[in-house]
Amino acid sequence: MTNQHKMIAARPAPSSTVGPWAWLRTNLFSGPVNTLFTLAGLYLLYLLLAPTIQWAFINADWVGTSRDDCSREGACWVFIGARFTQFIYGLYPRGEIWRVDITFVTFAVLIAWLAIPRLPLKRWVAMGTLMVFPVFAYIMLYGGYFGLPVVETHRWGGLMLTLVLAVVGMTGALPIGILLALGRRSQMPIVKSFCVVFIEFWRGVPLITVLFMASVMLPLFMPTGVSVDRLVRAFIGITLFQSAYMAEVIRGGLQAIPRGQEEAAAALGMSYWKRMGLIVLPQALKMMIPGIVNTFISLFKDTTLVMIIGLFDLLGIVQAALSDSRWLGFALEGYVFAAFVFWLFCFSMSRYSQYLERKLHTGHKR
Amino acid sequence: MSVRPKAHTTGPKPPFWRDRAKRALIFQALLIVAVAVFLLIIIGNTQANLSARGITTGFGFLTNTAGFGIVQSLVDYSSQSSYGRTFVVGLLNTLVVSALGVLAATVIGFTVGIARLSPNWLIARLASGYIEIFRNIPLLLQIFFWYFAVLRAMPSARDSYSLGEVVFLNVRGLYLPEPLFESGFGLIPLAFGIAVAASIVLILWNRRRHIDTGQRLPVGWISLGLIVGLPLLVLLITGVPVTWDVPELKGFNFRGGVTVIPEFLALWLALSIYTAAFIAEIVRSGIQAIPQGQTEAAQALSLPQKYVLRLVVLPQALRVIIPPLTSQYLNLIKNSSLATAIGYPDLVSVFAGTTLNQTGQAIEVIAMTMAVYLTISLLVSMFMNWFNARVALVER
Amino acid sequence: MNEQATKAGNEAAMVEMRGVNKWYGDFHVLRDIDLEVKRGERIVICGPSGSGKSTLIRCINHLEEHQAGEIVVGGVPLTQDVKRIEQVRRSVGMVFQHFNLFPHLTVLENCCLSPIWVKKKSRREAEAQAMRYLERVQIAEQAHKYPGQLSGGQQQRVAIARSLCMHPEVMLFDEPTSALDPEMIKEVLDVMIELAHEGMTMLCVTHEMGFAKTVADRVIFMDQGQIIEENAPETFFNHPQSERTQLFLSQILHR
Repeated sequence: MTNQHKMIAARPAPSSTVGPWAWLRTNLFSGPVNTLFTLAGLYLLYLLLAPTIQWAFINADWVGTSRDDCSREGACWVFIGARFTQFIYGLYPRGEIWRVDITFVTFAVLIAWLAIPRLPLKRWVAMGTLMVFPVFAYIMLYGGYFGLPVVETHRWGGLMLTLVLAVVGMTGALPIGILLALGRRSQMPIVKSFCVVFIEFWRGVPLITVLFMASVMLPLFMPTGVSVDRLVRAFIGITLFQSAYMAEVIRGGLQAIPRGQEEAAAALGMSYWKRMGLIVLPQALKMMIPGIVNTFISLFKDTTLVMIIGLFDLLGIVQAALSDSRWLGFALEGYVFAAFVFWLFCFSMSRYSQYLERKLHTGHKR
Repeated sequence: MSVRPKAHTTGPKPPFWRDRAKRALIFQALLIVAVAVFLLIIIGNTQANLSARGITTGFGFLTNTAGFGIVQSLVDYSSQSSYGRTFVVGLLNTLVVSALGVLAATVIGFTVGIARLSPNWLIARLASGYIEIFRNIPLLLQIFFWYFAVLRAMPSARDSYSLGEVVFLNVRGLYLPEPLFESGFGLIPLAFGIAVAASIVLILWNRRRHIDTGQRLPVGWISLGLIVGLPLLVLLITGVPVTWDVPELKGFNFRGGVTVIPEFLALWLALSIYTAAFIAEIVRSGIQAIPQGQTEAAQALSLPQKYVLRLVVLPQALRVIIPPLTSQYLNLIKNSSLATAIGYPDLVSVFAGTTLNQTGQAIEVIAMTMAVYLTISLLVSMFMNWFNARVALVER
Repeated sequence: MNEQATKAGNEAAMVEMRGVNKWYGDFHVLRDIDLEVKRGERIVICGPSGSGKSTLIRCINHLEEHQAGEIVVGGVPLTQDVKRIEQVRRSVGMVFQHFNLFPHLTVLENCCLSPIWVKKKSRREAEAQAMRYLERVQIAEQAHKYPGQLSGGQQQRVAIARSLCMHPEVMLFDEPTSALDPEMIKEVLDVMIELAHEGMTMLCVTHEMGFAKTVADRVIFMDQGQIIEENAPETFFNHPQSERTQLFLSQILHR
């Protein structure tokens, strides 16, 4: 069985197996059952999309100033347009809105700098975001310094308040979460039990009860006569609640770092805090970022609960606007708008988190 | 901190402020002291504030008369009942909506999760769309949507939507006929019980027979037939001893039948649809976590597809799915507390809401409420640990 | 099984592949494969990675589907028909590079699974038979352990026993030792050599040239989806005809 072989050139695949027809055949119409499913799916899509598009786009009214500009057939986006400033900025004085804009543009730039892979100096930007930016944001948003008039927190509302709550909650929860996670891994029994009890407590109760606790019980805990700003109460509740979930994410990240790293650092003579701060945590933080982003997404959705204790985040302000007698009956438009804004933020963040997870996975192949 | 060396017994002892073990003790002692001082300050302030407002502490308020009505109650309740009773009513309402929510979310979630893995591109994309939409919109917003935008837009009682003139849907709720069981009805649950027992015996017998001879009967179908058919048969034989209290429009409202308040419907729908999106993701990733090689090995052994799924893929997938699944169930139970926002009388709404407002006993009320949720969380955690330990794959 | 075809003498081929072509999308991964394996023949297939050798043997038990050409196993043509596919799979056993034992079942349960659920044997029969095969591969004492508790070499031997419990007529090996630590390769090869000596028809994709020299009737070299050279071992190793074969041999025999 000897043979001199002549190489066979590659040939294109038979037309029945590649190309758009083949794709349709395998994916949508590969058999009687599949075809039935495809047809049912198409029908369902039609049932859902046709009236929605009709209502939201074709018959909708986009321009105008009052409800008379809305015919009742389609969506009345005029309502959204008329209240748009309120939805975004709450009751913030119109003349000072530029302060909010600057704060959030700065924040967006900082986050983009951290998120886009190739930009340098990330460590400085991160430290700046965690340490300098909060002070800057406080001065800009609240005022009282540099000649900026004070804007009381009860005027803060809308999307701006949602973002403030979420970001502050997160930045507060991060250091507390790190301490809790380290404490949970500790060998000292008191420290460990304290951290375990603390974490399991906040993870075991609903956020509403935490907000009730913060809003009702916190004034009782303060020395008589001291009153705590309502927004601050919400911050404290949210931060404590979130720190427990952060602690779990951080614990997961720390567990992913092999023991050998700690041991090598110890062998080099580093103290506990030097080991953690210089070797373990920086590596762990990189692995935790998808988890942190996911926790942030949950927090972002959870901020809607503050309307139950009287603060007006995006949902709260839309809900309040719906009871305005000039705009009764546009509940659907209001909710669709709010849902769209939330969805946009949450979906983008979850996509980013998935992208990061894929990147980390391939980067850490052993 | 795995690198602490054992305490040395030889050599000069270091001064106590450098001795590792002593430092640990001192640190922990300081921590206890700090926490104790913190608590004492808080307690002191609280007592001062409470006495300044004239509020007494203690759980005595639980026996006082509540003085308010509750729209939905599974046990007897009137405005003359005690505050303690409001706790019970609220708790039962929480459990009811949670249990039905868990059921619906599981059914929807598993269906969507499996659809997400369908080879049919359209079905897979539709499932994916469901997941991405409902996961990323806050639950409170979804509750509001169902309550204010959908159920409030229902017609008035006179123009209700109806299904066969026995089921009615309008702005005041869902009206279902209520079965009134007559004297002969007791046989039907009995028949059901017998059918269930017979099915269990059948399944065990079939298993034994399969081990001994390799032959199997289709026990799944037979049991289903028994459990559905036997009670049905007895029902027919006894001449259907059930009458229905059909809701009837009297004036502006419906009388009779079972009323499901719109608050319950909105909460249940939103909880189920929202949690189902998360469950679908868990199911999808659980099934995908099983390496392709497992399916291939099973196929190479000429196992038909139904056995590949049942004997190889599903047992492994369930091990991966159940822990995060129970987490989601726990989330659903905690999320049911959002009932406050639309006035569904759950535990938080009735007890930490109305009762707290009326009595001012914030500490006791909130502590009791949190204790309930903590207990539920603890029970679920314990179950999960037990489950994980029991089914863990045995490794070196 | 097609009894008449096999009774007509060992002339009838056990596995026939005629003009088999396969594409992954646009990529032409198997090109005009013609192969005939007689009963009792031992074939070793080698070649650089990406040459399509795994794809070729996976087409034989329909883990991969071919788009053109014919494959006939034991007289049964391999088509889209599910019954045919299952029929072929009952007579073809496969051993994978990563063992693919079922981790939630014991070693014994792994081996009994298919005989019980496909061949409808009673548990007692299936277990007795499984123990015989486990003894043959010298792993009977581990029968009640779980795969996670065994070493790689032990797992692979269990995988071989699991396939043998179905009494296959052809055994396919897809790089069975590539995922093993060096000291465990020998124990698996010894089992395969014994299997070969007992007359099992085997197609083996491997880099273990020592095994090929000991046991193979034919060695096949594949590259770029086609069969470049096919010869008895002495001729193949000592007088390779094609330049490509020579290049490949020089690379692997200097390992």
